[in-house]
Amino acid sequence: MSATIPYGATSAGAGPDMVRAEGVWKNFGSLEVLKGISLEVARGEVMCLIGPSGSGKSTFLRCINHLERVNAGRLWVDGELIGYRQKGERLYEMHPREAARQRRDIGMVFQRFNLFPHLTALQNVTCAPTLVGKLKKQVADDRAHELLTRVGLGDKASTYPNQLSGGQQQRVAIARALAMSPKLMLFDEPTSALDPELVGEVLDVMRSLAQEGMTMIVVTHEMGFAREVADSLVFMDGGVVVETGAPREVIADPQHARTRAFLSKVL
Amino acid sequence: MNAQSLRPGRTEGESDPARERIEAVPLRHPGRWLAAGVIFVAVALFVYGAATNTAYNWDYYAKYIFDQRISQAALVTLELTVLSMVIAIVLGVLLAVMRLSPNQVLSGVAWVYLWVFRGTPVYVQLVFWGLFATIYKQLRVGVPFGPTFFTIDPASAIDVFWLAVIGLALNEAAYMAEIVRAGILSVDEGQGEAATALGLSWWQTMTHVTLPQAMRVIIPPTGNEIISMLKTTSLVTAVPFTLDLYTRSRDISAETFTPIPLLLVASTWYLFFTSILMVGQYFLERYFAKGARITAGAGR
Ligand SMILES: Nc1ncnc2c1ncn2[C@@H]1O[C@H](COP(=O)(O)OP(=O)(O)OP(=O)(O)O)[C@@H](O)[C@H]1O
Ligand SMILES: [Mg+2]
Repeated sequence: MSATIPYGATSAGAGPDMVRAEGVWKNFGSLEVLKGISLEVARGEVMCLIGPSGSGKSTFLRCINHLERVNAGRLWVDGELIGYRQKGERLYEMHPREAARQRRDIGMVFQRFNLFPHLTALQNVTCAPTLVGKLKKQVADDRAHELLTRVGLGDKASTYPNQLSGGQQQRVAIARALAMSPKLMLFDEPTSALDPELVGEVLDVMRSLAQEGMTMIVVTHEMGFAREVADSLVFMDGGVVVETGAPREVIADPQHARTRAFLSKVL
Repeated sequence: MNAQSLRPGRTEGESDPARERIEAVPLRHPGRWLAAGVIFVAVALFVYGAATNTAYNWDYYAKYIFDQRISQAALVTLELTVLSMVIAIVLGVLLAVMRLSPNQVLSGVAWVYLWVFRGTPVYVQLVFWGLFATIYKQLRVGVPFGPTFFTIDPASAIDVFWLAVIGLALNEAAYMAEIVRAGILSVDEGQGEAATALGLSWWQTMTHVTLPQAMRVIIPPTGNEIISMLKTTSLVTAVPFTLDLYTRSRDISAETFTPIPLLLVASTWYLFFTSILMVGQYFLERYFAKGARITAGAGR
């Protein structure tokens, strides 16, 4: 069962890339938000995704775990096609049960935390493992304590989210996402809703996660984090990937005018 | 702060008794006192009138308030209320979830149910339930156009009490469904999204994440519905079911020719139950507010 594999572990035999997007299009009605996104994220790679508001960063992340259905193109996570099954030339829509199974291997952290306010920090973390992973309560509790300790909140297990600071809430949210032992973590502006002095504690957790080999896609405006931690930097604008490369190089010497204009605003 | 410095700000020449500190005379509310006085006098007059007016027949009131027939009828009314509300809440949650489900067949069925049961008076529905045995002389359980496993004779098999319960419950379920739906819609979208992203199914998300949070919004109007149901039970005479509090007290008054004291007796019992329900509602609301207020360990 996936829930017992420590995170960062890889399953042998799958393709070399953890995430592979090929010509992903997404529109909401007549509004085209993603216009052919192609990129690869290797195992253990940390990719930072930057771009102006409305460029489709969140939408792309949501497509990766099939919270949004793509209109064209393909997305694979760990060699598995997301949202569809392919038999020969034909694509078959996946049963929601299977889509849910795919999402278990993909952790997601939201800008506004989205912790369950009626559950304690511990219950937030054990929720998915007990309901979805069918883990025994005792086992799930032990593991949740371990995860909360890892994000520095071992003493907050029985606290409700609204009694925690923003930074603490986001760390609980990270622990919750880790509880299903995902192969891939998606972060959608995890520090944007935080007071400046609380950003560091969340980035620290993410940094150590990266060091342990977790594959991560991080939408962020924290250029310091991108420079230090990320292996690759992708700049998106208007639904397309404008520029991609090693963070230091892109930041120091952007090749495209749009990248330059954007970076001059966030740096 | 020196009161003197406030002076220039004052535009009217009213008398200001404060010198050093603000020791202002509290704003007087002569209107309130006057209203209270008038109301007090009116109530006193009414009570005096009621106590001395022979039409109220207080000795009959005293005689029947704890009459066994009345207290039994009060119990029946309570049973009607509790049973029909329990069914209505369960069915209402089901209907609300069906209406919001991505399955169009389910949401369509729920819509039609609401359309019919909210669109017709409960009194009419109760009369219909009373005629159930007349409309359906025999219920046949089996394969359509095929063999019959067993048959039910509604006239003898279904008690009038249960017809009343069903009639009240099915009507109320339509209203409960709307209350529950509003509650579900009040929960932040991000909650369902986070649950889905964790791999929870639609149903698990609904039962473990959305509904528990919707409770805070659902409970207060549900309390109102229960209180309202307690009084709506007086309509079951339409079925006709005659053992509830209102019908019972009316039947007794038909014998004794004293309608007024018996109406007061019934009202007293209704008020008594309503008061108990209000206390229960208070505690339920407190329980489901947990996690929503800052109070440490609220309602745990
Ligand atoms: N469910 C939706 N329905 C309709 N339009 C949507 C929906 N979700 C996103 N959009 C639109 O798609 C565009 C891209 O949105 P998206 O949230 O992906 O941008 P973003 O790059 O994450 O921006 P930000 O930095 O502000 O978070 C926006 O114009 C947005 O209004
Ligand atoms: Mg976004």
